[in-house]
Amino acid sequence: MARIILTDSLSKRFTGGDNDFEIVASSVRSLIRELDSLYPGLGAQVNDGTLSVAIDGDIYQDAFLEELNPDSEVAFLPKIGGG
Amino acid sequence: MSSERREYKWVGTRQIRPDGHDKVTGRAKFGSDFSLSGMIHGRVLRSPHAHALIKSIDTSKAEALPGVKAVITSKDFKDQPSELKPAGEGMVNYRDMTRNVMAREKVLYDGHAVAAVAATTVEIAESALKLIDVKYEVLPHVIDVDEAMKDGSPILDDKMIPIGYDTKNPTNIAKHVEFSLGDTDEGFAAADVVIERTYKTESVHQGYIEPHAVVASVSEDGQAQIWCCTQGQFMVRTFVGQLLGMPTSSIRVTPSEIGGGFGGKTVVYLEPLATLLSSKVGKPVKMIMTREEVFRASGPTSGGSMDFKIGATNEGKITAVTGTVRLLAGAFPGAPVAPACMCAVAPYDIPNVHIQGYDVLVNRPKVAAYRAPGAPISAFGAESIVDELAKELGMDPLKLRKLNAAKKGTKAAYGPTFRDIGYEETIDLAMDHDHYKAPLGPNQGRGVASGFWFNIGGESSATVNINEDGTAVVISGNPDIGGSRASLAMMAAEELGIEYSDVRPIIGDTAAIGYNFLTGGSRVTFATGLAVVEAAKDAVRQLCERAAKIWEVDADGVVWDDGHAKPASSNVGEFEPLSLAALAAQAAKTGGPICGHNAQNVQGAGPGFATHICDVEVDPETGNVSVLRYTAVQDVGRAIHPSYVEGQIQGGAVQGIGWALNEEYIYSSNGTLENTGFLDYRIPVASDMPMIEAVMVECPNDRHPYGVRGVGEVPLVPPLAAVANAVENATGVRMEALPISPPRLLAALDSSNIKQAAE
Amino acid sequence: MAKHHITATLNGEPVEFLCSTRQTLLDVLRDELNMTGSKEGCASGDCGACSVMVDDRLVCSCLVLGAECDNKKIESIEGMADGEKLHPLQTKFLEEAALQCGICTPGVLVAAKALLERNNNPTETEVRYWLAGNLCRCTGYDKIVRAVMNTAADMRENAK
Repeated sequence: MARIILTDSLSKRFTGGDNDFEIVASSVRSLIRELDSLYPGLGAQVNDGTLSVAIDGDIYQDAFLEELNPDSEVAFLPKIGGG
Repeated sequence: MSSERREYKWVGTRQIRPDGHDKVTGRAKFGSDFSLSGMIHGRVLRSPHAHALIKSIDTSKAEALPGVKAVITSKDFKDQPSELKPAGEGMVNYRDMTRNVMAREKVLYDGHAVAAVAATTVEIAESALKLIDVKYEVLPHVIDVDEAMKDGSPILDDKMIPIGYDTKNPTNIAKHVEFSLGDTDEGFAAADVVIERTYKTESVHQGYIEPHAVVASVSEDGQAQIWCCTQGQFMVRTFVGQLLGMPTSSIRVTPSEIGGGFGGKTVVYLEPLATLLSSKVGKPVKMIMTREEVFRASGPTSGGSMDFKIGATNEGKITAVTGTVRLLAGAFPGAPVAPACMCAVAPYDIPNVHIQGYDVLVNRPKVAAYRAPGAPISAFGAESIVDELAKELGMDPLKLRKLNAAKKGTKAAYGPTFRDIGYEETIDLAMDHDHYKAPLGPNQGRGVASGFWFNIGGESSATVNINEDGTAVVISGNPDIGGSRASLAMMAAEELGIEYSDVRPIIGDTAAIGYNFLTGGSRVTFATGLAVVEAAKDAVRQLCERAAKIWEVDADGVVWDDGHAKPASSNVGEFEPLSLAALAAQAAKTGGPICGHNAQNVQGAGPGFATHICDVEVDPETGNVSVLRYTAVQDVGRAIHPSYVEGQIQGGAVQGIGWALNEEYIYSSNGTLENTGFLDYRIPVASDMPMIEAVMVECPNDRHPYGVRGVGEVPLVPPLAAVANAVENATGVRMEALPISPPRLLAALDSSNIKQAAE
Repeated sequence: MAKHHITATLNGEPVEFLCSTRQTLLDVLRDELNMTGSKEGCASGDCGACSVMVDDRLVCSCLVLGAECDNKKIESIEGMADGEKLHPLQTKFLEEAALQCGICTPGVLVAAKALLERNNNPTETEVRYWLAGNLCRCTGYDKIVRAVMNTAADMRENAK
């Protein structure tokens, strides 16, 4: 079960405030599908290019194909730019 | 990918930069140094009002002036849909962008572009601007972030739909974000000490010495060439294409040398105007901003106000932090409010955190990125209140930070769990440094502060071409803002096993190399560096294949060692090693040119942490603050070129000192900017500063073959609070608002003296 | 209005140019003589990126009119190296990474050379005050000041 962490902004909008939960998914792509079926709209939201994904502490700017381990931690966060 | 420390020939040494000779002799071509035959000149008419409806624009007199070739206004740009799209630095809304490069219904800040003229000379273009008749209906304006959030404030965009902010009434709040961890009520309940404070910072400009400049040339068949100073030639191509409705293949952007950016050149201002003017006139058009235009119309970073509350046990364990950060966005949404919230307390392992932020419109130029966007602002608040906590607890401020330091396995309040990070090491080195133990004199004080930035990777392409004489060319696609060509060439030389001086790194235009995300976020040496290393490995693989063909053995029987192909073992056969030069000389006979290439979306940037120590002396008569000594300790992963890493740290620290002590925008009651030059907008000068000691901690990032972390952003995060904490230590007066300029500090000292006298 | 016909020397070579009354020396160098090494950062004498020598005096060329330069000796960054041989300051700036983006570098080098010609043993404070009119946003000045002082030390050593 991958551990999913959402920002408050996302969880308030899509999950009724739950910002730390578990989902079975083998890749970011399948995770997006799962999220969308559990919380309609959330999958599309996390896949629209506005978010980064931190998988086990590493930030991915445009995650899609990345594989997940059964105990992976997946945190969705605003996309990071810089100066 | 491993980053075990092996002996390197080039990585970690201090080589002469490949572009250096051109830059010390005046040969290097910066943005305004480029010219074409037949070129004419463009100038921009800018709003004199902070907020006004544009009732009409009459350009007929300007067009009639001899020498004027074209005049454009917003009518010449098609409108754009309002939607967020990933492009450039994160998300852009082209509806806002087209309005920022040329005002449409309204002008939203003093300096907002209203029209542009192309004429045979700059003088004629400037004369023509005076002949353009714009009728305005002046509207009430708002400059201050807190004022802009109040009910009844003038509204900049009554059609704006805020993100994450529930309101039915028009508002200047464009976005609300929230991050939390644990339960802050429980955290504060467990605290022995609770402190609450409000802090404020002013908007500051990136202050690059080179104004924005562009030459655009559109030919009759619609092919556009653009030469400009930018942090991202691909970003310019995307934005100009979108704003002008041109296919990407018709636009070729060549980045000039860039005279500083710090985030401020991650957007477009003049490029779409010059391109449109050129397409109308059929001649190349050059446009250069004046310094006044740079201040009035190009992106500063946000100013902000913020509330922080911190709770801790008597032993110094922080139990909870809450924060609210309000950042001004300027005229269009896009303040760096999310990273401000995410970075504020990232250096600490705190079980209960809640931080929220607001992105707020005001009648100022739209903000642009500035080194670690948002983080210096929120860190000023967070690191000031951590200092207050240390004082309240009677603890050494570094010991307090060490006790609460984030480390491997700490779950950050913004979501992920940290892997290997070097924050504690920066505290340890700061505590052990001579500086931290040096005695202080009267009116002198010492402050410390820490800072965090994520660092980023991103899309990167690189080519390594092996030349016929055994030298190499490295083509990458990121403007070199502070020595990155040297670092890329050093990594390529290391991989190829040839001399550094035999590697020529060049920066390709948009037609010469695959897509590259712009120079920003401390990504180039890390991400483009990784692409260069992979491209060099690709070339090495081809070189080994050529040796295998020559020796008539299997390719996997050949290894690359110190610039030579060698048999992997004696089983392969006895062959004299073949040098890169020898293989290059035979390339035509063994398969043709040897060109290594790599393109990927690089992930795995290593977070950066820093801890700074600042000593100041305060003149109680004038309120002047002199920085006496400054030490900046930073985890750099691994320094490819230590001199340029030190330079990033030193330069960032001094920018932060300027932010803390002097820099601010001064607006008149009409909302016009009053300090539009370097005399009145005072960035640090040489005589203001001491030497800045850069101490590099090397905790390698195992996601990069040489262990690189980004280094450019973090140094700007700690200085604001380090300076303020030092001033408090010197005077006993806590400056909760920046800048700590002489009149402000003098007023604070005077009122503190009056208070003390009264007690 | 008729243009001014100016005769001067530029980096040791005779030079003639026509300029309007309002053209600054910086405009003339960049736009008329195609010498773009001197940079315009502010056009108000605040940043020093356009520093040149006029009759051995360090000036901001954005504050000097081209028409003022008749019979003057002008020296710009383009004349600092002796043929292929860099000036010791140029070499030291490269060796010690005393530049990042490089936009201020021509002005800083011209100003630093003027300092060392007057004072071959400047203190750190003297270097800092002499260069206070040359803004650099990248380096924090540390490596610039060190490079100037180290060049002075080398030049003193070589003069022995």
